[in-house]
Amino acid sequence: MRLTDTLRFARDAATGYPMRTTLSVLAMSIGVAAVVILTALGDGARRYVVGQFSSLGTNLVIVLPGRSGTGGFNPANAITTTPRDLTIDDAGSLRRLPTVRRVAPLAVGTSEIAFGGKLREVMVAGSTAEFIPIRNFTVAQGQALPEEDWNRGSSVAVIGAKIREEMFGANPAIGQLVRVGDRRLRVIGVLGSTGQGLGMNTDELVIVPVSLAQAMFNSNTLFRILIEANNRDAIPGAKEQVMETLKQRHRGEEDVTVITQDAVLATFDKLLGALTLAVAGIAAISLAVAGILVMNVMLVAVTQRTGEIGLLKALGATSRSIRLAFLAEAAMLSAVGALVGYLLGQLGAFALRQFFPVFPAYPPDWAVIAGLSTALATGLIFGVMPARRAARLDPVQALMKH
Amino acid sequence: MALIELSGIERRFLLGDTTVHALAGLNLQIAAGEYVAVMGPSGSGKSTLLNLLGLLDRPNEGTYKLEGRDVTTLSPDEQATVRSTRIGFVFQSFHLVPRLTAAENIALPMTLAGIPAAERNKRVALALQDFGLENRADHKPDQLSGGQRQRVAIARATIMQPPLILADEPTGNLDRHTGEEVVNLLEALNAKGVTLIVVTHDQGMGARARRQLVMEDGRLKSDSTAADISNLGKISG
Ligand SMILES: Nc1ncnc2c1ncn2[C@@H]1O[C@H](COP(=O)(O)OP(=O)(O)OP(=O)(O)O)[C@@H](O)[C@H]1O
Ligand SMILES: [Mg+2]
Repeated sequence: MRLTDTLRFARDAATGYPMRTTLSVLAMSIGVAAVVILTALGDGARRYVVGQFSSLGTNLVIVLPGRSGTGGFNPANAITTTPRDLTIDDAGSLRRLPTVRRVAPLAVGTSEIAFGGKLREVMVAGSTAEFIPIRNFTVAQGQALPEEDWNRGSSVAVIGAKIREEMFGANPAIGQLVRVGDRRLRVIGVLGSTGQGLGMNTDELVIVPVSLAQAMFNSNTLFRILIEANNRDAIPGAKEQVMETLKQRHRGEEDVTVITQDAVLATFDKLLGALTLAVAGIAAISLAVAGILVMNVMLVAVTQRTGEIGLLKALGATSRSIRLAFLAEAAMLSAVGALVGYLLGQLGAFALRQFFPVFPAYPPDWAVIAGLSTALATGLIFGVMPARRAARLDPVQALMKH
Repeated sequence: MALIELSGIERRFLLGDTTVHALAGLNLQIAAGEYVAVMGPSGSGKSTLLNLLGLLDRPNEGTYKLEGRDVTTLSPDEQATVRSTRIGFVFQSFHLVPRLTAAENIALPMTLAGIPAAERNKRVALALQDFGLENRADHKPDQLSGGQRQRVAIARATIMQPPLILADEPTGNLDRHTGEEVVNLLEALNAKGVTLIVVTHDQGMGARARRQLVMEDGRLKSDSTAADISNLGKISG
């Protein structure tokens, strides 16, 4: 049989039985669409959780002054009674490390803020421009701290949402001069409200340049240095490099403590693993359902046509021609079914995203590929296998099923 | 040399734990150009015999030589070639492909044999004319009468110009008048030299053949050629 004739024969067979063809395509597309939509849901849930966690500030390495008990007893440290200060310059030196993306020194204390006769106690965080991105805070109005020499802070402040509300009410806050402790500072920004999120509540915080805060609290040491590593894999390296750099700057003494978000990250890892497994499980089940659906429709369809295969053999068709004709037909049905299913699935995922905008319901690529190839493979295998079997029968046996 | 030569053909079917001897120790020779009617009671093995002759089935024992070649030992593909080029089969229930038009059904054996479309169209047009189906070329089988369907089936069986036509009760599903037409068509083919073997229950139709085989329980009960010979013997003796 010629190739064009085989293709035409297959096409006519597919269009000649609209019911059967519709069922096959439907089964195939439902299977694929189920895989696409369900994995979009599962992966959307995973991404949602990942998003929540990264709002905490991920890839953090934190430096604390002083030697904490974690490293065990070290005679070198025992000699030093007072630990060396953790200075702004220490923080600045860490900026050059290759595994580090951002560094923010942090000095904290409590003070009071006054404006227009109103007075209240506040938590003051002295830091730099990068503090806000490291902690994933947002600036709702105005701007963050300016990029400037860390040792020469300008007299500006970024205030929390609740403080803005209490001090300024409906009046504009940006550009106003407030008194914080004994300083007069210009309000340049207002933080976005964090509310009752997973992260730290910034609503009652005032952020000022780090050098200003140190002067205000009359202290030379930092409370923390916050470091954001390039990525999660870089965290251990960053921790080591930070420790090494500070040790060198402190004459070889390990008088600081470097911690990572190990505990958080471990939980995070477990959760991610479980979610990924859940998504894979969902995909596997949908794939199995899709496969069985396709398999049954194809089996029934081809079995119904055993008689036709017998006739073709009686008319002189070789087994090869018959196999090729059924292969072409199964390929056409599978391709159309898989395509329709893919489109339906993407449409469903799109609808999900429209209804639940916080939920990033995108199907993962691997699930789409697995769904499509499973449908195509089962469609082909179960479209061709019964045809092969029928083609091996003696024509009279196949004909009797006509 | 005989066109068909059967010797010691056995065809058994297992039904549960009993064995049915559909054909038992059958020996038969048919020469090229003969017109043979196969008759006998239901279940006597007529269809089984015709299926064997058409290579739609294989015997459990015995040899079948077609045009001097033992065809029982051929590979499936070689058998397909023999079916394609040497044998035309006409079934009682027509066996047309319902989704194909009359013309496409007639062309099917050529399509399967890989004959180019131009050649196919030429031959189909001729066949449609020969069988009085010019106006039915684009009709699907369910839009045709029984007689028209069987004419399409005969056109299909002859389109590869095989030397042997096998017809299993070709008029079984037709009324007397259309049956008559179909038989005339088959006899016209035989008149052109095609060997024709027809299974029939109809005594009248059987009588029109030049040779009658009567079967019973898978055996040849009588063969008119052999009878002629014995008659000849009686006359001479
Ligand atoms: N596939 C089969 N399986 C089991 N038994 C079969 C099969 N085909 C035929 N037979 C048996 O073989 C015997 C001969 O059957 P066959 O169809 O050749 O008879 P027939 O002479 O054509 O009868 P009819 O005139 O009714 O068509 C019967 O007893 C039948 O039951
Ligand atoms: Mg019969």
